[in-house]
Amino acid sequence: MPATKRNPRHGGIEMARATEKVKWYPGFREITLACFFILYAPLIIVMIYSFNASQSITIWGGFSLHWYEKVFYGVEAAKFKTATVNSLIIAVMAAIVSTVIATAAALAMVRGKAFKGKSLTFGLINLPLMVPEIVTAVATLIFFSVIGFDRGLLSILLAHIVFCIPFAYLPISARLQGISSIYEQAGRDLYATPGQTFRLILFPLMVPGILSGFLLAFIISLDDFIITNFVKGAGVETLPTAIFGAVKQGIKPNIMAISTLMLTVSIVLVSISYLISRMGRQE
Amino acid sequence: MAGLLSSSPANKAEASIVEGRVGLLLLPSWVVIGILLVVPVLIMFVYSFLTQDFRGGVIWTFTLEAYDQFFLDRGLFGDEPPQIEWTYLLIFWRSFIQALFAMIFCLLIGFPTAYFMATSPPQSRSMLLFLVTIPYWVNLLIRTVSMKFLIRDTGPINEWLLAMGMIDEPIRMINTAFAVQLGLFYSYLPFMVLPIYASIERYNFVLSEAAADLYTGRWSTLFRVVIPSVKPGIIAGCILVFIPSLGAFLAPDLLGGAKNFMIGSLVEEQFKGQAGDWPFGAAVSMILLTIIMGILLVYARNQTQSTSRGH
Amino acid sequence: MRKFTKLMAAATMVLATGQAVAAEKLSIYHWFEYIPQELLNKFTAETGIEVVMDTYDSNEAMLANLKAGALGSYDVAVPGDYMVKIMAGEGMLDSYSPSELKNFGNIEDKWLNVDFDNGRKHSIPYQWGSTSFSVDTNVYSGDINTTGIIFNPPSELQGKVNVLDTAGETLVLASIHMGFPQCSTDKAQLKALSQMLDGAKKHWASFNSDGAKDVLVSGDASAGMIWNGFGAKARAEKASLKYAYPKEGYIVWMDNVVLLKDAPNRAAALKFMDFLLEPENAAAVTNYARYAAGVKGVAPYLDPELAEARENNPPADAPSGVFVQVCDQATQSLYDAIWTRLKK
Repeated sequence: MPATKRNPRHGGIEMARATEKVKWYPGFREITLACFFILYAPLIIVMIYSFNASQSITIWGGFSLHWYEKVFYGVEAAKFKTATVNSLIIAVMAAIVSTVIATAAALAMVRGKAFKGKSLTFGLINLPLMVPEIVTAVATLIFFSVIGFDRGLLSILLAHIVFCIPFAYLPISARLQGISSIYEQAGRDLYATPGQTFRLILFPLMVPGILSGFLLAFIISLDDFIITNFVKGAGVETLPTAIFGAVKQGIKPNIMAISTLMLTVSIVLVSISYLISRMGRQE
Repeated sequence: MAGLLSSSPANKAEASIVEGRVGLLLLPSWVVIGILLVVPVLIMFVYSFLTQDFRGGVIWTFTLEAYDQFFLDRGLFGDEPPQIEWTYLLIFWRSFIQALFAMIFCLLIGFPTAYFMATSPPQSRSMLLFLVTIPYWVNLLIRTVSMKFLIRDTGPINEWLLAMGMIDEPIRMINTAFAVQLGLFYSYLPFMVLPIYASIERYNFVLSEAAADLYTGRWSTLFRVVIPSVKPGIIAGCILVFIPSLGAFLAPDLLGGAKNFMIGSLVEEQFKGQAGDWPFGAAVSMILLTIIMGILLVYARNQTQSTSRGH
Repeated sequence: MRKFTKLMAAATMVLATGQAVAAEKLSIYHWFEYIPQELLNKFTAETGIEVVMDTYDSNEAMLANLKAGALGSYDVAVPGDYMVKIMAGEGMLDSYSPSELKNFGNIEDKWLNVDFDNGRKHSIPYQWGSTSFSVDTNVYSGDINTTGIIFNPPSELQGKVNVLDTAGETLVLASIHMGFPQCSTDKAQLKALSQMLDGAKKHWASFNSDGAKDVLVSGDASAGMIWNGFGAKARAEKASLKYAYPKEGYIVWMDNVVLLKDAPNRAAALKFMDFLLEPENAAAVTNYARYAAGVKGVAPYLDPELAEARENNPPADAPSGVFVQVCDQATQSLYDAIWTRLKK
């Protein structure tokens, strides 16, 4: 998460030069190259093959946008379109709600004084990160089934809000910790109410952190497969569950086209988040 | 991610703007996570003691059947003297070992990468960080599918090796333990790099210089000075790789051919598959959760000890 | 800010009520890849009823999911013969009277009085076919018409066998291989069956139903249990695949559209069943799935290739297939135990 990075300052230029030598380790550059190769090779290959004109997915038959056309206008287009809309509705709502909850929690945790049960609360906020996804999925499914809650879009949304909270909380609280409290003190000294101080001073300063938190929650919700697969109701699909259903029957080129599109969306979102974090640093 | 590991120190503000509202601000988190995660886990615990109905569903009668099935083998017809049931312990053991290896491989590749990134000049550093963040944000399902496509018998790797004449018949990779291992490693590699990067970035290289001035060898500096200083980041990375690997479902299902069960697929089978044994699935989840909470507790205790020693 | 609140409220309403515009809806719980999307679109165009569909990959998975609380959220499902009987026994099916379906008379006579639903009170025929396996003849050129291919594979096929991830059909084919009757209560036989499967599992590459075609076409497996129509689709993609009619025997089945109990939209379900009994529509399913319809008058609409396909026309010397039988609860528990042991 680029948004949470602090800017290091290790002294002046001369010192930095001397440090360069001790910093260097043989082979680390090569391992880094290997690491990036491993991370990117499968994605790039899928991207290339999504433009394959051939019917058979492994034999190269020239460049074509045929599979993209299928994604948007093919027989299954409607199914994937509905799934995408569902995914987006859920991701936006889950990100909004969890960001609001996480912002409130971050204010209390970072700006509030020590209180009894503070570390317990901290543990609770991070609990969704620590419980393995499959366990959360099982527990949520049983819960909805016991209380007789109808499984559908709403059940997916509720489950997503929970595990998005810690992801939204991390950048927001990191940002808040980086904001000195003298700004609020100044506001209070000028007789601003706590509400005004928050709205006019603290909130604008927190915006980059909140946006990063929102984006992270959004992408986490958009990506989720395991929990969604357990709590989704009859006929409700999100993009990952629809892709999984299709992939179980074999990797078809249209899946590669969808993957490439999702990859593009991820790159755009990372770029936005990256720009936001730079915006945060420049202040 | 580092927030998982270090509680944020409260600013000692004189008159904080949240004075008197702390409870109100925390209420939504308490309610939402409490009702939608803590309560469900407790209900799941209760469920693991219920009786499975014939062909799916549950009967609300208390029984230890699910745990009995997990730990004891009473033969095909249930009429033999109970012996220790190795099957599920083996699944846990296998998952544990695979998660451990995933963690080790991620560390071996991830640490040098994070180190190299953090010591690059600022311009290329932010570019590298950007590049390592992208795969982290790409859907895990899509990354697993890409890997499946790459390594299958008729996939690009085998096709190229065949075309180059390096092999005569495809190397069998898909549906093997190797594929699952590779999938776990590939899935969670970015989770290892990011937290280590964050701590190395904060590491003060004056320490390394001091060590060099004292004629400490390069590698000895790495292991005795750098690594101990960035240990929190390394541990964070290890936890972030190990825990999801332990409960992974996509890698064993898509890459392992659903033949060699891991914990995740065992649980999934009870709920979405044909087994339909909810109490057993709840029991397996409960056992997994207990193990992971145990690991985290040990870790948290160690951390408190090391911080209190530090002060 | 106020506008935003309104927007949120509206979005919440949409979520809570499911769909913004409450068009009439039909929920289908169906096998994967078993009905062409075009046909569903046609149904929507004719009736104005919107269709949502979830899929499953085995009769047992469908049953487990319905029993675990999904009953009441679907209108129709498509269980195989023996599963219709089980579901009826569990009280999971609603019944209809023949007068409620104007195309009831289109059901072929031989599929009208069937032992799993005598006189058709809960179900209508969907498709029928057989279950055995296909073999890549480029990899193995010997005799494929024996269940030994799956349960005692020749060296060329070892480690390259895929098995359907469904207890019913896989255990029955295993019983056929051993020459045991179905629903055996003989513990020695059941033990032998369990041991044989344990030994065979070493040679299997995967348990996969929804990928049964793909594993064969992609070469991940060179022999694999498969349904005849799915096998025909596999052969269309890879000509060296050949569907086997083992001399020991194989399975025949009929899938049926059933009216589920507590269906949210019973009227739409009946319209859909009527729709599927139209010869033209039944033929559309057959042309897509490559099985056979149990509906009169489909012949003019059928793809002529089907008449010659090996998958749909057992050779003269092949034995006839058997249906999966429904065992009583105690016996079924024993088979369930064998399956659980095999899968773990």
